[in-house]
Amino acid sequence: MNQFQYSRVTHSNAAVSAVSKEKAAMFIAGGTNLIDLMKRGIVNPTRLVDINRVPLNEIKTEGNSLIIGALALNGPVAESKLVTEKFPLLAQALNAGASAQIRNMATIGGNMLQRTRCPYFYDTTMPCNKREPGTGCGALEGFNRMHAIFGFSDQCIAVHPSDMSVALAALDASVLVIGPKGERRIPFTDFHRLPGDKPQIDTNLQAGELITSVTIPDNGFNKNVHYLKVRDRTSYAFALVSVAAALQIEKNTIRDARLAMGGVAHKPWRLTEAEKFLIGKPVSEASFSEAAKIAMQGAKAFKYNTYKLTLAPNSIVQALKVAAKLV
Amino acid sequence: MNKLFFDKVIGDPLNRVDGRMKVTGAAKYSAEYQLPNLVHAVVVPSTITKGRIKSVDSKAALRSPGVLAVISHENAIKVPGNADNEHPTEPPTGGQPLRAFYNNKVYFNGQPIAIVIADTLERAQYAAGLVKFEYDQDKHVTDFELNKGKGVLPEKAKKDPKSSLADYDRGVVDAYKTAAVTVEAEYIHPTEVHNPMELQAITAYWETDDKLTVYDKVQGTKPTQQAFAKEWNLPVQNVKVISEFVGGAFGNGLHNWPHETAAIIAAKMVKRPVKLMLRREHMFYMVGYRPYTWQQIGMGASADGKITGISHIAIGQTSTYEEFTESTVQQTKMMYASPNVSTRYRILPLDVSTPIWMRGPGEATGAFALECAMDELAFALNMDPIQFRLANYTDEDPEKKLPWSTKYLKECLEVGAEKIGWSKRSMKPGGLRAGEWLVGYGMGVGTFGAHRGAAAVRGRLLANGTIIFQSAVTDIGPGTGTAMVQIASEHIGIAPDKITFQLGNSDFPQAPNQGGSATVATVGSAVVATCNAIKEKLLTMAPTAEKRFANAKMEEILFDNGQMSLLKSPSIKVSYTNILKKNSLTEIDIIQDAKPDDESNKYSKYSFSVHFVQVHVHPTTGQVKVNKVVTCADAGKIVNKKTAGNQLIGGVTGGIGMALMEDAIIDHRFGRYITKDFADYHVPVHADVPQIEVYFVDKPDYIVDPMGTKGLGEIAIIGVAPAVANAVFNATGKRIRQLPITPDKLI
Ligand SMILES: Cc1cc2nc3c(=O)[nH]c(=O)nc-3n(C[C@H](O)[C@H](O)[C@H](O)COP(=O)(O)OP(=O)(O)OC[C@H]3O[C@@H](n4cnc5c(N)ncnc54)[C@H](O)[C@@H]3O)c2cc1C
Repeated sequence: MNQFQYSRVTHSNAAVSAVSKEKAAMFIAGGTNLIDLMKRGIVNPTRLVDINRVPLNEIKTEGNSLIIGALALNGPVAESKLVTEKFPLLAQALNAGASAQIRNMATIGGNMLQRTRCPYFYDTTMPCNKREPGTGCGALEGFNRMHAIFGFSDQCIAVHPSDMSVALAALDASVLVIGPKGERRIPFTDFHRLPGDKPQIDTNLQAGELITSVTIPDNGFNKNVHYLKVRDRTSYAFALVSVAAALQIEKNTIRDARLAMGGVAHKPWRLTEAEKFLIGKPVSEASFSEAAKIAMQGAKAFKYNTYKLTLAPNSIVQALKVAAKLV
Repeated sequence: MNKLFFDKVIGDPLNRVDGRMKVTGAAKYSAEYQLPNLVHAVVVPSTITKGRIKSVDSKAALRSPGVLAVISHENAIKVPGNADNEHPTEPPTGGQPLRAFYNNKVYFNGQPIAIVIADTLERAQYAAGLVKFEYDQDKHVTDFELNKGKGVLPEKAKKDPKSSLADYDRGVVDAYKTAAVTVEAEYIHPTEVHNPMELQAITAYWETDDKLTVYDKVQGTKPTQQAFAKEWNLPVQNVKVISEFVGGAFGNGLHNWPHETAAIIAAKMVKRPVKLMLRREHMFYMVGYRPYTWQQIGMGASADGKITGISHIAIGQTSTYEEFTESTVQQTKMMYASPNVSTRYRILPLDVSTPIWMRGPGEATGAFALECAMDELAFALNMDPIQFRLANYTDEDPEKKLPWSTKYLKECLEVGAEKIGWSKRSMKPGGLRAGEWLVGYGMGVGTFGAHRGAAAVRGRLLANGTIIFQSAVTDIGPGTGTAMVQIASEHIGIAPDKITFQLGNSDFPQAPNQGGSATVATVGSAVVATCNAIKEKLLTMAPTAEKRFANAKMEEILFDNGQMSLLKSPSIKVSYTNILKKNSLTEIDIIQDAKPDDESNKYSKYSFSVHFVQVHVHPTTGQVKVNKVVTCADAGKIVNKKTAGNQLIGGVTGGIGMALMEDAIIDHRFGRYITKDFADYHVPVHADVPQIEVYFVDKPDYIVDPMGTKGLGEIAIIGVAPAVANAVFNATGKRIRQLPITPDKLI
């Protein structure tokens, strides 16, 4: 770990200006990801701007939308009545992540910005374009069992590890940020980016921008939802594949659908074509299988993750079945 | 209450004597000794896999605040035992252990090649990141699968054809091929890494130039004392090893590793006590592991289910400098009544660090192949796996042609089958469901030698009626101290709360490593011998206090509750304190040793276990949930049902990890581990561990030792992984022969 300066701020504006002043300054929230990365020498900030005292941890409704402050903690958010009653999919996704201890430290803003768990990114002796642009992608020809089947580039095949983000992508959330140039709102599906030839950049957040809150519009997806996370052990492991599924069902017909996948791409992978297909279809395994087929179009696997070509559609069907209460 | 007092002690679920110390933090582990002037060390691992270090650049590290030294092969003092290229320490494995900073050679990725010493841990850690190396890299070979054809017979077997590692043939080679029903299959066990809760740690302190004290996480204080005395050319008594508490070891403390010597070198060079604790990542390559092993089994049986032949080949990975071997094929030689059995054991040296024994060493890996093959053959015969095992049950050891000292495997099979609900099992795979989940039942048998070694124990009966025992043995977690107090209580007739058992110090009487499930038998026997010697002494002195004991013989006396009484007239009695007082003694102090007698060699001595597993498998996502486990053990007399039950539950949990998740993967392009932290290398979490029911036959085996015990630690894990794999087959019809059984393999 390199030496760094530390300062604590209590206002969003102060946070933005403190980070904007110094090229390698970074915000620190729960620190559950950032400190790990610093200890391993993967990121080396010259200054940490501690935002934990900025009053951004409120969970509230405005109109019918839910607004969650960027510093609200993963654990309490998952337990909040506002969330469990109207957006249970988000609660399920949050609870599928990490461990109770980590969820009690981790913030909503930090969760979105957690870095990939690709082992080549984590080992500073190995090549990784995300960590050190130009060194190559270790995973491309390496051990890529956990890696992407959608949206990757020859520069990077890592996946985004956040569970929460998969639910937020499905639920049409948006992110409110404040930066040197003022406030702006980013639709969640545009928040993270694909690696392309700049895999070192995970999101469309600009320099100095602070996440202040996430908004989820009221969408009536509170009855038929399921977050399915398939992983190597029952808890405390990242997803091989995860699926956030939400349905609105009327008389055995699907009125609306939301679907997103985790563990398959550099960003939460929203499945809009499959959603469109499902609208108006009967609630049945056949509909779900067809949707899964559509969702998988364009998927491509590497040496060790070909199983995802089967596991992903199976998981989509399974998540939809559970959401529709077919099982 | 006409039971003798001691009857309540052995077998009693006595709480751990050190439990309170452990949960309150009063128990001191090797990294917790705060010696005056203590400084901190951090090792620097190599980042190449093979080659030579051209140069070490430690300038920046040395300029960093608080740094006292950067030590590598370039500036390390010479270790005297290393002279003439001789083995510096007697390696418990074959070959030549790696010598810390001996020369510029790199043998594996992650080899400790420098150590940084600073006044605080943080400063040492920071500076360790500043040390830079230039290497001349050589081509490395780490890929087992590509090279398994190059497996060789171990040196030990070449030198001694009677060695258990040598090729073994009973009857006709490959006789299975002509059987009515046959199976042939390959099984792969990946590398499994030692990850006990406590990281490896050592605090090294040179009291004078030739007097060394180490607080070291090891499994034997005496073997470590011997090793370091030899390495540093010191009289044995000049080396003191303290290992009072060990936070789990499972085998990784059966070898002294280069980082230990590195810390001792550092302490000598900076002339201050040095503390070194490895990081979790270092555990993957600095302290041994269960080696990657490829196996092939061919097995045949007559149509009525009698095994006619077994051929078992195993190839295990080792390093290029040290020959690690284990008893992978042993269970195949003795478990089933087959007239024809052949085993071949080979090792494959690769550019990796040396493996070491890990709980159920060899047998756990071998049983995965053997017990899965048994299941495969039972299935091919359309026979119930339990019936198949009973049809091939042996009433004497078919390898040694000796009677078993005791064997209650049938009882284990019976009880386990009933408790798991085996009758509900479907013979046809996929025949049972719970909701959408497929339900399967499987079982696996485990065995391990009921070993016993030699040890001595000191006992000091004090004037106040309390007694203190001392042994150099360590307690790596099973509750050795507790068991010894119980054994002592029974044999000396003093209540457990008046007994102290001190251990983990090389100043105490001789005990071997804690390992191979032999500690209760070995040290417990010495406790009994010491108790008997003290009783003899009490008997000779008793008449001074109570004349009516003048002609009493040992067998006429009851030693109980701190006093002796005549069995025939219990009102004639005298307390131990009174005997001491009347003889003007402040204590009785005796050291007694004990070793197995020749008589026991007329028997074959093994512990046995059977594990029954019920799994749920999701048909489309491949998730496996171990839903219930029943384990039955024949481990002789159980000294403490609570700690013994604890051991079994721990072993089964390890077995679930082996079956379903543990997998240390190397990227062979770099020769470097990919899964080297707890995020990527999975061990079971609570949610993976179901209800585990354990049962003991609890029948004594007095051929092994006077307490009637047989080892328990290893059989807790041996046979678990195949039980899970067999249950998965029963649920799905999919035979997974490469561990771990992860969801991707089942969809
Ligand atoms: C062992 C382990 C297992 C885990 N398992 C899972 C899992 O299964 N699923 C899962 O989803 N996650 C998992 N996680 C990740 C965990 O969810 C994240 O570490 C956590 O959410 C990060 O939140 P934080 O507040 O601690 O962020 P920090 O570590 O404080 O920050 C992370 C990043 O976000 C930036 N940042 C933080 N807040 C803001 C803000 N308001 N505006 C702008 N930038 C900001 C920081 O500068 C930093 O770059 C796991 C983590 C660990 C350590």
